[in-house]
Amino acid sequence: MMLREGEKNHSYRVEQMNLPQATRIRLEALGLTNGTKMELLNRKRSGSVIIRIRGTRLAFGKQIAEAILVSELDIQE
Amino acid sequence: MEEELRVGFVGNPNCGKTTLFNAYTGARLKVANWPGVTVEKKEGAMKYHNHRFKLVDLPGIYSLTSYTMEEKLSREFILSDEVDVIVNVADASALERNLYLTLQLIELGKPVILALNMMDIVEERGMEIDLHRLPEMLGVPCIPVSARHKTGLEILMHTVAHHKTKCQDINFIHQHKELEEKSKHIHAHHKEYAMVYSDEIEDKLDEITERLKQAGYTLSNYRWYALKLLEKDSEIIKQYPIDLEGIVDQSYETEIINQKYDFIDEIMEECLVNKAKKAAATDRIDRILTHSIWGLPVFLGIMAVVFFLTFTIGDWLKGGFESGLSFFSDTVFDLLTKAKTAQWLISLIVDGIIAGVGGILTFLPNIIILFLALAFLEDSGYMSRAAYVMDGLMEKLGLSGRAFIPMILGFGCSVPAVMASRALEDMRDRRKVVLITPFMSCSARLPIYVLFSQMFFGKFAIIAAFSMYLIGLAVGILTAFVINRFQKKGEISPLLIELPEYKTPNMRTIFIYVWDKVKDYLTKAGTTIFIASILIWFLLNFGPHGMIKEMSESFGAGIGKALTPILVPAGLGLWQIVLALISGLAAKEVVVSSFSVLFGIANINSVSGMNGLIDVLSGYDFGALNAYAFMVFCLLYTPCVATIAVIKRELKSVKWTIISVLYQLFIAWFFAVLIYQIGRIFC
Repeated sequence: MMLREGEKNHSYRVEQMNLPQATRIRLEALGLTNGTKMELLNRKRSGSVIIRIRGTRLAFGKQIAEAILVSELDIQE
Repeated sequence: MEEELRVGFVGNPNCGKTTLFNAYTGARLKVANWPGVTVEKKEGAMKYHNHRFKLVDLPGIYSLTSYTMEEKLSREFILSDEVDVIVNVADASALERNLYLTLQLIELGKPVILALNMMDIVEERGMEIDLHRLPEMLGVPCIPVSARHKTGLEILMHTVAHHKTKCQDINFIHQHKELEEKSKHIHAHHKEYAMVYSDEIEDKLDEITERLKQAGYTLSNYRWYALKLLEKDSEIIKQYPIDLEGIVDQSYETEIINQKYDFIDEIMEECLVNKAKKAAATDRIDRILTHSIWGLPVFLGIMAVVFFLTFTIGDWLKGGFESGLSFFSDTVFDLLTKAKTAQWLISLIVDGIIAGVGGILTFLPNIIILFLALAFLEDSGYMSRAAYVMDGLMEKLGLSGRAFIPMILGFGCSVPAVMASRALEDMRDRRKVVLITPFMSCSARLPIYVLFSQMFFGKFAIIAAFSMYLIGLAVGILTAFVINRFQKKGEISPLLIELPEYKTPNMRTIFIYVWDKVKDYLTKAGTTIFIASILIWFLLNFGPHGMIKEMSESFGAGIGKALTPILVPAGLGLWQIVLALISGLAAKEVVVSSFSVLFGIANINSVSGMNGLIDVLSGYDFGALNAYAFMVFCLLYTPCVATIAVIKRELKSVKWTIISVLYQLFIAWFFAVLIYQIGRIFC
């Protein structure tokens, strides 16, 4: 599923990123690599999201939140 | 005295790097731009015991790729001979992400010292970092500091002084036994480097190193260049175009990033003793400030307060400034007259320079208060939330959420608004914002609206004046929308921003930030305005026969008369109006005083003055429709010289400055003509 379809306060794992090279590398440098766990902290109807990843918070616009594919994690994970 | 040690401060954005840098250097710093780009580096000097240090604060970066200008320039600067020691400032409360840059800095091969900033927050949250284990794993000294509480500062500089040459025999202690036993790689890199990659990558690094040597390159750090070639880094490939066929069949960049983060996971596992117990206060605050419904009204409320402070307190101070200025101007006039100075020189000094430069200086209180408020919002961590909150709306205009701030500031004064566009990372975004910001009606245009709407619109005066603000906003949005349509989709940079922890703003950081801006305004804009003031004075006071008494004989009047035909379709075909508009380039409110001089009306804002002006104007067939077209023209045409100066400064391009000036002139003419011609059908 797309990250923008996720629900607030649920945790996800990054499966795939369909982004232009430059944006993808920027995200990877910020710690968003395939397989990384993240928590969705906020989501707006416009599609922008806030996530918590590796101890920091990042905000993305719609285009990025649509291009990141994730799978949901159990709360225990 | 020993020779000077050059120390580069490198770290992620929001890690407190600038606060730490300021704690050492204070306001005695030099802001320099890299030639041709808006990337800044700050330089300062300090002494510690017997050592002299030259500190350089580099832009905040997350990595050392060649994708962004900041990263590329930082990387080149660190690799150059201008840096002896790197102080890597890291936010210890977000160590995991910060260590990624640390690993890359260590790979550059220069002495690195890790300054663990914000240790107070780490403790507050009940986390503990094993400061004994961390240097064992990284191979560099790790010094806990708090830039805000000024702790650890001396120890950090002490360490810098003692680690100016890289330690040759670092004892790495890793728990990599299993990896090492499994590894079939020929070198025992685990004893040499903190960051060791998989066998596949290590083998390739060896091969590339070999080819670099074969090609005759002598490098101090083959490993780093090999890594960059393996990542297919465009800059390094350009510099070292060696044949890599059979080794680098694809970019290993993602693989290398992943393995670095794997090692960071390992470090965190061993060095972070207690994970955060307390939910950060930031999350509780964010629940309201970034709420999908409440976020927007809260943001608008905050902006309203900023606006209010800037233009009530600011204008109040500005009033004081203005009376001080007129006193100063009168005094100078008296002194010069008594000293029997030539008439033209008195006029140049008093009417030209003092009125022009002084008039611009009166904006200083507004600018100071505005930037105080902005620095407060930025340093507290709110600014990036504002970008998130506004993102959806601004996206429709092809702008990122950050662009909203300069736009709203434009209603106050175009000068700080254009300066605030610096917060935008992307140059295309910045150009777009700089182009539309002057359409937001600034406070200097208000006196024009007040005068003309009172004269011609009676009880509808307020509506006529208010409509100017809406037209300006609409033209701005329309401009952004049109540019957006012509831009390819991929060219719009989507929002991607870190939301730092909220913190109490640091007064020192704020004051230095504001002082920096004020200094900038005074020096850079000041020189341009100085010259422009003299030029405008010359145009209005000199004619073909030397200095003149009647403005109608001046060069300016000549220009006005020559340009009059262009403004006839807008119903503004009087040379006095054209000249008033030209004088408005000095500052928009000057249009009003020029009107009074050119039409010979004293006390133009009084009832008798207005009636007098209406009489004179009606003699030229100038009615309500002409007045409205005139107001629209004043709203939209080229902003004052001060704004043009900062546009030039922010865009660093004469071409784009001219484009923006011409565009605004055209738009003003177009809409004034449109309104006048349509209005004529109905009147």
